[in-house]
Amino acid sequence: MNAVAQYNFAYLDEQTKRMIRRAILKAIAIPGYQVPFSSREMPMPYGWGTGGVQVTASIIGPQDVLKVIDQGADDTTNAVSIRAFFAKVAQVETTTHTADATIIQTRHRIPEKPLGRGQILVYQVPIPEPLRFLEPRETETRKMHALEEYGLMHVKLYEDIARHGRIATTYAYPVKVEGRYVMDPSPTPKFDNPKMHMSEALQLFGAGREHRIYAVPPHTEVVSLDFEDHPFEIQHFEEPCALCGAEQVYLDEVILDDRGGHMYVCSDTDNCEERREAGHVGVLGTPQEAAE
Amino acid sequence: MDIGLEGGFADPVLQSQAGFRTIMDALANPGTVQNFTKSALAHGALTAELVSTLLTLCDQDSPIWLSDSLRHSDVEAFVAFHTGAPIVREPARAMLAFATSAAELPELGQFNLGTQEYPDRSTTIVLAVPALSGGDELITRGPGIRDHGHISPLGLPEDFIGQWADNRELFPRGIDLLLVADGAVLGLPRTTRIAEGH
Amino acid sequence: MYVAVKGGEAAIANAHALLADRRRGDRSVPALRIDQIVEQLGLAVDRAMGEGSLYDKELAALALVQARGDLIEAIFLVRAYRTTLPRFGYSHPVETGEMLIERRISATFKDLPGGQMLGPTFDYTHRLLDPSIVSGDVPEPITRSEEPSRSPRVTDLLAHEGLIEPDFGTADPTEDREVGDLTREPLDFPLDRDLRLQALARGDEGFLLALGYSTQRGYGRSHPFVGEIRIGEVAVEFDVPELGFAVNLGRIRVTECQMVNQFKGSAKVPPQFTRGYGLVFGQAERKAMAMSLVDRALRAKEFGEDITAPAQDEEFVISHSDNVQATGFVEHLKLPHYVDFQAELDLIRRMRAEHEAVAVKEAAE
Repeated sequence: MNAVAQYNFAYLDEQTKRMIRRAILKAIAIPGYQVPFSSREMPMPYGWGTGGVQVTASIIGPQDVLKVIDQGADDTTNAVSIRAFFAKVAQVETTTHTADATIIQTRHRIPEKPLGRGQILVYQVPIPEPLRFLEPRETETRKMHALEEYGLMHVKLYEDIARHGRIATTYAYPVKVEGRYVMDPSPTPKFDNPKMHMSEALQLFGAGREHRIYAVPPHTEVVSLDFEDHPFEIQHFEEPCALCGAEQVYLDEVILDDRGGHMYVCSDTDNCEERREAGHVGVLGTPQEAAE
Repeated sequence: MDIGLEGGFADPVLQSQAGFRTIMDALANPGTVQNFTKSALAHGALTAELVSTLLTLCDQDSPIWLSDSLRHSDVEAFVAFHTGAPIVREPARAMLAFATSAAELPELGQFNLGTQEYPDRSTTIVLAVPALSGGDELITRGPGIRDHGHISPLGLPEDFIGQWADNRELFPRGIDLLLVADGAVLGLPRTTRIAEGH
Repeated sequence: MYVAVKGGEAAIANAHALLADRRRGDRSVPALRIDQIVEQLGLAVDRAMGEGSLYDKELAALALVQARGDLIEAIFLVRAYRTTLPRFGYSHPVETGEMLIERRISATFKDLPGGQMLGPTFDYTHRLLDPSIVSGDVPEPITRSEEPSRSPRVTDLLAHEGLIEPDFGTADPTEDREVGDLTREPLDFPLDRDLRLQALARGDEGFLLALGYSTQRGYGRSHPFVGEIRIGEVAVEFDVPELGFAVNLGRIRVTECQMVNQFKGSAKVPPQFTRGYGLVFGQAERKAMAMSLVDRALRAKEFGEDITAPAQDEEFVISHSDNVQATGFVEHLKLPHYVDFQAELDLIRRMRAEHEAVAVKEAAE
C-alpha cells in the first residue's frame, strides 16, 4: 500500500494555493463578484466549511493567529474541529479572543467587537448566489449579474411586504456592494449586515461546494437592500444577555425547562466572557470571583 | 551557461505565502506601499520584486506576457523552470503581465479586460517602476481606501490618468495593476479612482 | 445559575473513540484484512475507485473498512486523498478496442467478430441466497485456457457502413482542442461533452441509475440498444517528454458501455444511429449503462431535440450528480443553525403577536 501521505503546510498543495490566491486577488479587485475557482475535495464534508477552509489555508502563514467561530461561539463542535485542523496542518497559534486574531474564520456570525485594520474575516458560505432561490440556474443568474439586472430580487422582497407586511428575510439578507453587485453575506443574521459596511477588516468569502470566492475589501460600501417605505432594520432583543447584561448584541435563546422558561445569552461567547471578566453581570450571571 | 535554474525561492511554501499576503494587502488597501518581507533575488532583467510576484502567482495554469527586455532566453528559461507558466505573445491572452518599464507596456486596453459575465478573467499587470514615491502626487479613492489617499510613483505610463479612467469606466471589466520597486508593491485594482492634485 | 455549554473538544474526541470501537466491533471476530476486501468485495472496491476517481484497490479497500462499509463515506475518503496527490500529466486516451476482454456482450447482433462472452456476471444467477458461500465450500480456481481475446468494438463495425455517428459525435475532429479537466477548472455551463462525461464517470451510481431509468419511461426517451458492454483490462500510456515516446504504466480494469440510439437525421446529416457512452473504473456494468443513457439524454441540444425531461437538463444533472457534494450539503443541516433559527423565531413571534392584536381588535369592534 502507498505510504501515508505527507501533507503540505496548510494541507493544500502549492499549485492549488496559487490558483485560490489568484482567485482571491480578483475577488478583491471586483468587490461582491463571485469568482469561480476549482474547489478541491477537503478532508471535511462539503457544506461544512470547505470554502472557508480553502481560503484560510491559502492565506495563512506561521505568523498568523487564528480564531474560528460557528454561530458566534469558539466552542461549537465544527469550530473546534476546524481550529484543530489548522493547528495540526499549519502549526499556527489559535485564539478565542477576537482582538488577538489576525484571521477569523466564521460560520453565521460577525463578531460583536469591531474588527480592525489588518484583520481578515473568512466566511464559510453554503450558497453564494443571492439570486439562487429566485432562479436556480447558474447560466441565468450569471447573466443577471452581468447586466446588473436585480429586479427579481426587489420583486421577491416586495412580495414579502405584500404578504407579511415586512421584508421576511431574517438571515442571508442580500446586500449591494459598492453600488454594483448584489451579494449574499452568507447566512449571518441581518443583525450583522451593518458590520460589513465600511469595515476596517478584509472580508473573504469561500463557497467550496459551489466553487466560488468573493470579497469585500476594507472601507467598502455594503448596503442592505430595502425600500424607501420599508427601510432595512435589524433585529432588536427585548432583554439583555442574562450572563453579561450586554445590550445591542445578538443573543441565543436557551430553553430552560418544558414550561416555556427561556433565557437569552450572547451568541458571541468571547465578547460575553470578556464582558464578564470586566465585571459586567446579567440577571442570571454570577460575578467572576464568585464563580471560581 | 545560465539556464535559469538558480534563484528560485529558497523556501517556496513560506516565501509564496508571505509574497501573497504582501500582494493581497496591496490590492485590498490600494495605494499603500507593502513590503515583500521575504525577498527573492533578481534574475537577469527581472527585478527582485518581479521575481517575487512571478514565483508567488504563476504556474502552468497562468499564461503570462513578458515585456521586450524580459523576452530573453535566460528569463524565459527561468520562468519555464521555476513556474512552468506558458509565455504568450498577445497581451490579450495573458492572465498576468510583467513589464520592466512603462515604455515597454502596451496601452492598458490591449490586455485581457475580462467579460461582463467573467470580469475576473482579466490581466493583472505587474510593472516595475523606478520608485513607488517621489513622483507627481495623485489622489486615490475607492474600495479599500478610507476617504482618500495619495500616491506618487515614478515611471507611470504616459497619459496614465486617462488610460486609467478608461479602465475604471469599464467596471466590472478592466485590468488590475501592481507597481513594484524598492522591495515593495503598490496595488491599484480596477476599482480605484485616480485624479491629479493634492 | 446558568453555565454555558462547553466541551466541544472533549465531545469530539469521545465520539471518535466510540466510532473506532464500533468500527472494530466484537474483538473476538478476526479483523478484516485489506487483501480480503480487495479479493472478496471487489465490486465495492471498484465503486469506491470509480466515484472516488482514483485507481488504487488497496486504498479503496482501506477506505471501505474505515468507513465501516458506507460507500459514499469511502468515496469521500478516496477523493480527499486523491486531491493531495501531485499531478504529473495526462495519459493517452485508453484504447478500449485493444482491451483484454473478460466479458463482452452485444444486444444488437446475435453473433459478431470476437463473439459474445458472458464473463463473471450476476446475469442468469437465480437470486437465491447461497449458504454454501459461507459454509466453506471453495470453488475450484478457474484458469483460462487461452489468452483473453481482443475484439473489435461493435460501434466500429457499424461505423464501417456509416450507420452510426463517429466516436467524436458532432464535434469537429480536426479542431485541436484540449480536453477539459473538471478537477482543475470550475465547471462553466453549458459544458462540452468531455467535461460532462468526466462528471458522469464520477457521478453517483444511484442518481444516474434513476435518471437513466427515467429516460426509458418516457422522460427523454432515446430508444437505446446496448451496442456493446465490455469489461477487461486496458493499457495506460503516458508520454515522458524526456524520452520522446509513450511509456506503458500498466493496465487498469474498466467497463465500457456503448449505447446505440435512434436518430432521424436531418437535411445535412443522413439518418444515422447516435450513441451514449459510459466508461467506468473496474467492473461496474450498471453504472456504465446508466452513464451511457444519461450521456445520450444530455446530448439533446447537440441533436436539436427538445429539452423536456430532467435527464436532458445538463445543469440540473451535473450539478447534482456528485455524491460527495450532495452528502455534505444534505448532512450539513445537522450542524448548528441556532443563529439563523433565532432570527426566524424572532420574526415569527412578532408576526404572531401582530396577528393576535389584529384579531383582538376585530373582536372588540
